[in-house]
Amino acid sequence: MSTVAAGDHHDHPESPYSIKRWLFTTNHKDIGTLYLWFAFIMFLIGGVMALVIRTELFQPGLQFVDPQFFNSMTTMHAIMMIFGVVMPAFTGLANWLIPMMIGAPDMALPRMNNWSFWILPFAFAMMLSTLFMDGGGPAGGWTLYPPLTLQTGDALPFVILSMHFMGLSSIMGAINVVATVLNMRAPGMTLMKMPLFVWTWLITAYLLIAVMPVLAGGITMLLTDKYFGTSFFNAAGGGDPVMFQHIFWFFGHPEVYILILPSFGVVSSIIPTFARKPLFGYASMVYATGAIAFLSFIVWAHHMFTVGMPLAGELFFMFATMLIAVPTGVKVFNWIATMWRGSMTFETPMLFALGFIVMFSIGGFSGLMLALAPVDFQYHDTYFVVAHFHYVLVPGSIFAIIAAVYYWLPKWCGNMYSEGLGKTHFWLSTIFVNLTFFPMHFVGLAGMPRRIPDYALQFSDYNMMATIGAFGFGLSQLLFLVLVIKAIRSGKKATSQVWEDAEGLEWTLPSPAPYHSFSTPPAIK
Amino acid sequence: MAQAENSYYVPHGSHWPIFGSVAVCTLLVGMANYLNGTSWGGNMALVGFGLLVIMLFGWFGTVVKESRAGLYNAQVDVSFRWGMFWFIFSEVMFFAAFFGALFYARNYSLPWLSGEGSGAITNMFLYEGFEASWPSAANGPGNVGGEYKPMGAWGLPAINTALLLSSGVTLTWAHHALKAGHRAQLIIGLFLTVALGAIFMACQVLEYKEAYEHYGLTLGSGIYGTTFFMLTGFHGFHVTIGAIILAVILFRCMSGHFSSDNHFAFEAAAWYWHFVDVVWLGLFVFVYLV
Repeated sequence: MSTVAAGDHHDHPESPYSIKRWLFTTNHKDIGTLYLWFAFIMFLIGGVMALVIRTELFQPGLQFVDPQFFNSMTTMHAIMMIFGVVMPAFTGLANWLIPMMIGAPDMALPRMNNWSFWILPFAFAMMLSTLFMDGGGPAGGWTLYPPLTLQTGDALPFVILSMHFMGLSSIMGAINVVATVLNMRAPGMTLMKMPLFVWTWLITAYLLIAVMPVLAGGITMLLTDKYFGTSFFNAAGGGDPVMFQHIFWFFGHPEVYILILPSFGVVSSIIPTFARKPLFGYASMVYATGAIAFLSFIVWAHHMFTVGMPLAGELFFMFATMLIAVPTGVKVFNWIATMWRGSMTFETPMLFALGFIVMFSIGGFSGLMLALAPVDFQYHDTYFVVAHFHYVLVPGSIFAIIAAVYYWLPKWCGNMYSEGLGKTHFWLSTIFVNLTFFPMHFVGLAGMPRRIPDYALQFSDYNMMATIGAFGFGLSQLLFLVLVIKAIRSGKKATSQVWEDAEGLEWTLPSPAPYHSFSTPPAIK
Repeated sequence: MAQAENSYYVPHGSHWPIFGSVAVCTLLVGMANYLNGTSWGGNMALVGFGLLVIMLFGWFGTVVKESRAGLYNAQVDVSFRWGMFWFIFSEVMFFAAFFGALFYARNYSLPWLSGEGSGAITNMFLYEGFEASWPSAANGPGNVGGEYKPMGAWGLPAINTALLLSSGVTLTWAHHALKAGHRAQLIIGLFLTVALGAIFMACQVLEYKEAYEHYGLTLGSGIYGTTFFMLTGFHGFHVTIGAIILAVILFRCMSGHFSSDNHFAFEAAAWYWHFVDVVWLGLFVFVYLV
């Protein structure tokens, strides 16, 4: 066991049991590991909140929790899953992978990298503590619309300030990614040679830097409206509550692409490996990602079609939104063309990637339906919307994160995971995720509203199915935890290549990857 | 352990980030409790702020020491440049949210409340007779905050514009001196910049005092007072930070930390100052002038 003191040794990590190693680390792999475990813990917490929601909705009528607590569960579940799970998990993957993929010794700004992570436990402790305060946790929805949100009790300033804190972490993390990608590439690694995961993260980081400050501005306005007598969202003073919705969704729509673009990068790495063909249409993938990012800034008001916008606004935002289907279609086409006549095998990462393509596309189609302003008046704030965004986030983002863990885990810990358990995990997850979210389309189209703890009798059967699916999906993830721990502790030794014909610099390193990789830049062909 | 001449400097473990997390968390929890009306929240926030100041000294002190020891090669310098550039971009977007609120209020909410377009019926039934006029009667149908007099552009604000623009000139003059190796001119130029920044802030305080005492214009004066004080207030806060950064750079110049070809800290501070300057021009046009 190595017992080297902090600061005087550069080549070996301290013992993994040393708390100082994890608190003070500036190593991109350590920080990536911290991010990923943090995301998993938040995934369990946010998951339990989802199960509270589903338990209450198992039958019509009020059974277990009071409506206020139910609403704070829907609010907190969203905040946990978005800011605590998907964003940190992607940042963890970025930390682990980007330096290895571009042949860099570490992230560009390693000390700031540490801070980006170590803000999160504090910020989320603040956020979760609001559940125990006078007036309960925030219950006005994660979108924090005034005037409802301004009725929150003691929790409000904690919610807002902890979101500022999380934003600080995201912005620093994103700045680090941009600086790393733009400045730390090995000689010869031109922009158009970068793996797509790096490209998608570069664009994601740009989105983060552009919109997290806008969220910060919007929630600062909430705070001053509540505590300092300003009138941003007060019609009596000449403001407008709808103004908040515009500011929020100017952040919010790019934010949903922040939650998905790195998934596109992950899938674009995995499909070529298991189809044993190079990615079809690399350049068009890059341009499509850029186009999606650009469009994300001019579609925000499709979240608020029913709020009472001028007709010109409805039309503009409807058509701009439907345009997004074009670059997204390019991507799906390219993945399928990559697999066309490939020598495909179906290891667990490939299964999750394929599941991603199919189910993310289902979410994309329901998104197109929602983009149509006239019919959105029917769908707005129903379970159809819930079904839509859960299809793009759970079998979308979460499946991509899980696929990435399976794909790169042997590189991280040096051992193969159990393929049998992995496949079981995939099939259980896929069956249960569909059992949970597919029926929501039907109840939504039939008019069941979201964020209400009770519902009309005719929705009972589908809600029971969804609840059973949710518990099944939640329990299946414990299998994932067991599998990952088993792979870390033991398992067949992985070769440095890990996967036959996998492309990329990370596969030239030994498995597990050494603590410091590419201290001298590799040669790029 | 010596770094190889041309390898990228990766620092060893650092305790400043976690210290910073504790500091900011103390600050924020203190602020939240202060807003909830506890007696101790304010003091807790002050403790957090104190810890944050210690962290900033420690962290930047370490960076200065490492820089002085020559650990940063040209590639590290580029990382700092990208970092600072994107940080300023994030600040631009923060101000964009508040400018957006200003434009939205002026072009949509106030006209709608006055009955324009689809607001006709609402105006008729809820706010009969209300007609907003920017800037003199822009505190909404509720006349929130009571009568006020808007802040004109050609008094203190015009002087402030001149002050900030001159500070940009003196700063550039100092930068030229640094590049040419004229120490005296560098220090005088930088000193003048900090002084102009301080005078700007003093004028801003006078203007606020004038607004509160003689114009009846407060943060609570409807959307006009809200956007006026929030935009100029956040700008003033950034000027203060910028002036503190420049003052630190001034002390570092006096201790001879910079050479004519290696002085990114100076340039980063200058970028920040110019950013603050440009935001002011936006404020002068959209908050005061039109």
